[in-house]
Amino acid sequence: MVSGLTVNERQRALVVLAFLAILGMAMTAFGAARGDLLQMHGFVVLLFSLIVLAPVLKGYFAPEPPAERLDDYYDDPIKVGIILAMIWAVFGMGIGDWVAWLLAFPDMTFDAAWSSFGRLRPVHTTGVIFGFGGSALIATSFHVMQRTSRARLADQFSPWFVLIGYQLFCILAVSGYFIGITQSKEYAEPEWYADIWLVVVWVVYLLLYLRTLARRKEPHIYVANWYYLAFILVVAILHIVNNLAVPASFAGVKSYSAFSGVQDAMTQWWYGHNAVAFFLTAGFLGMLYYYLPKRAERPIYSYRMSIVGFWGITFFYMWAGSHHLHYTALPDWVQTLGMTFSLMLLIPSWIAAGNALATLNGAWHRVRDDATLRFMMMAAIFYGLSTFEGSFMAIRPVNALSHYTDWTVAHVHAGVLGWDALITFGAFYALVPWLWKRERMYSPVLVEVHFWLALAGTLIYVFAMWNSGIIQGLMWRTYNDSGTLTYSFLDSMIAMHPYYIARAIGGLLFLTGTLIACYNIWMTIRRPGPRAVPVGDTPLPLPANPQPAE
Amino acid sequence: MFGTHYRIERKSVVLAVAIMVVASIGGLIEIAPLFTIDETVETDPNMRVYTPLELAGRNIYMREGCYACHSQMIRTLRDEVERYGPYSLAVESKYDHPMLWGSKRTGPDLARVGGKYSDQWHTAHLVNPRDVVPESIMPRYSFLRAAPLQTAHLGDDLRALRRVGVPYTDEMIANATADAAAQASPEDDTAGLVKRYGDATQVRAFDGNKDTVTEMDALVAYLQILGKLSSAAHTPPVQTAQK
Repeated sequence: MVSGLTVNERQRALVVLAFLAILGMAMTAFGAARGDLLQMHGFVVLLFSLIVLAPVLKGYFAPEPPAERLDDYYDDPIKVGIILAMIWAVFGMGIGDWVAWLLAFPDMTFDAAWSSFGRLRPVHTTGVIFGFGGSALIATSFHVMQRTSRARLADQFSPWFVLIGYQLFCILAVSGYFIGITQSKEYAEPEWYADIWLVVVWVVYLLLYLRTLARRKEPHIYVANWYYLAFILVVAILHIVNNLAVPASFAGVKSYSAFSGVQDAMTQWWYGHNAVAFFLTAGFLGMLYYYLPKRAERPIYSYRMSIVGFWGITFFYMWAGSHHLHYTALPDWVQTLGMTFSLMLLIPSWIAAGNALATLNGAWHRVRDDATLRFMMMAAIFYGLSTFEGSFMAIRPVNALSHYTDWTVAHVHAGVLGWDALITFGAFYALVPWLWKRERMYSPVLVEVHFWLALAGTLIYVFAMWNSGIIQGLMWRTYNDSGTLTYSFLDSMIAMHPYYIARAIGGLLFLTGTLIACYNIWMTIRRPGPRAVPVGDTPLPLPANPQPAE
Repeated sequence: MFGTHYRIERKSVVLAVAIMVVASIGGLIEIAPLFTIDETVETDPNMRVYTPLELAGRNIYMREGCYACHSQMIRTLRDEVERYGPYSLAVESKYDHPMLWGSKRTGPDLARVGGKYSDQWHTAHLVNPRDVVPESIMPRYSFLRAAPLQTAHLGDDLRALRRVGVPYTDEMIANATADAAAQASPEDDTAGLVKRYGDATQVRAFDGNKDTVTEMDALVAYLQILGKLSSAAHTPPVQTAQK
């Protein structure tokens, strides 16, 4: 991998790693002087830079790569990104299933601070959303931007900086929760220095995207790229505004949010809901809009639906965050706006999902025979279902019942398991043979097994949480004949026990599927297929792209 | 309309700018007015600030992820008010940077838990919840009792909070470390602490041990102040709504 970089690029890598190592040492020194946890994170940064340094030094004295490489796509970072995403998937889902069991059997853990539910829970959410989802988005975006532009990445250094730099952010985040570093903002827990680092990585990512688009040999920017662009741009806005904070000291980890109370609540859920919108939806719609038509070998059903869906999602989603705050101290007018726009949001969401499903017309026999395409089809269905459920739950009286209960958890997991994870696995099963130049995946049967495990796991999980959530919500508001509350909070908690066990079993099935995917991907990489020719990937000079149909 | 788009999608920078503009509108309209409309947050001239010990406890509450299972926001629904007490007002979390309203009730709401249980109950419950509530699924936090509270730099925390709008005085900042220790040591000189933070300040050995100041002291002190910084929610709305 490193031998594919020019000597100049290897030197740039060394400079960045040296800077990181020095930064790590400085953080350790300042943190130690103050007796602050920052010293631990300084050590993590130092260790990270040394680990990345090893392969760079190993390949440093290799000869310059041949100039012919510039005639082809640059796929090395995509390969590494896929492997990293799968490692994060196993880690994040593994922790997720552990905490699921903890809710049924609370003492199934160590008698230590790091392993308590409260610290493990953000490890799970960050591990799957940012570790797995983020790495998958970065990897697939590098692939999609090159193929749809029919141009090579603008340079070889930036993609590595983005991918590896992003890993540092995720590692700082996750290691921080274990040792007690968090700013407690849901889905934005990392502290100020990790947040600043992510901004640096993100700016390089945006510039790389725009520079690669500028080299494109297609006059039009394909719809998948609109979604990836929206993902990069809007996540940047959300991340910066939501994380505005004043550190207690530059030698310490702790910072205090610039906002408080009701303004902070609105800002956090504006961020939180749009992290769902632009991280977990827009980015993955980018995946859907490329890999589904490619795998089905059908053009996108409607160009106009693509446009309406994209701009509708970009505009309406940003209003919807306040539906997380119904009946709270947030002023009514904001709650009403949030509810109204959440309902309108269903229109572009279903346009996007319908456009994907209609693309499969004429290819349904492939859906039947090809589990990879079925992953993508099922993802589009779950996307449609969870967006419907989301709009429904944003209605104030419905939310009165569903809020604070497991129904929310059911909704989120229908989205992330059924939609985000399934489309990612579908994309990976398509990508891996293309990138490693194999005829097909090592075992199509295992892809099939994975599909049914993932689907069964998702359904068991979601049904268990629907049941527990609705029962919980009803028990909290049940009155007896004398006009007093029938159930204590504890009664409702005891009633959850069987559902928590069912949920953990569903999660275990899903995790098992992910482990099978890892094995299948690994064997595909290791064993050369009978025919070492990539089938289906878009070659540089030939116009074989899925173009939006007029 | 589609013709215009046909042209826009050929220019990456135009597309990028359009995305930023279209995506910014919702947030601007919903968030910016919350800072400028006076009625958004009720006024309470008697609102107290967290003492350094309570603030340290709040930071432990955040560190341990308590907010993931406990909300601090009683909604304006009859059953919630009957179960937990008067619905939460915006002013009550005015000094909360960040707010901890929460989004999930795996355990009950804690917005008004202050004073509801004794210190001994909280300590025993945190050490092993199942000793007190056999069916509880809450994690054990016995390590808090053994962990000495880090108080050396609490002044920095107060100063940072003042920069984002919490009215801590110079005197409070200068005495933060001493005040944190004093609040958990009832036999020490606590006159300065009470003078700075008010007569209602609770001074006790919260974890039952008056010789050391532990993380358990801080967390229990914080839990016991929840819902008590302001009495606005208990007074008729006419008095609090208008200045």
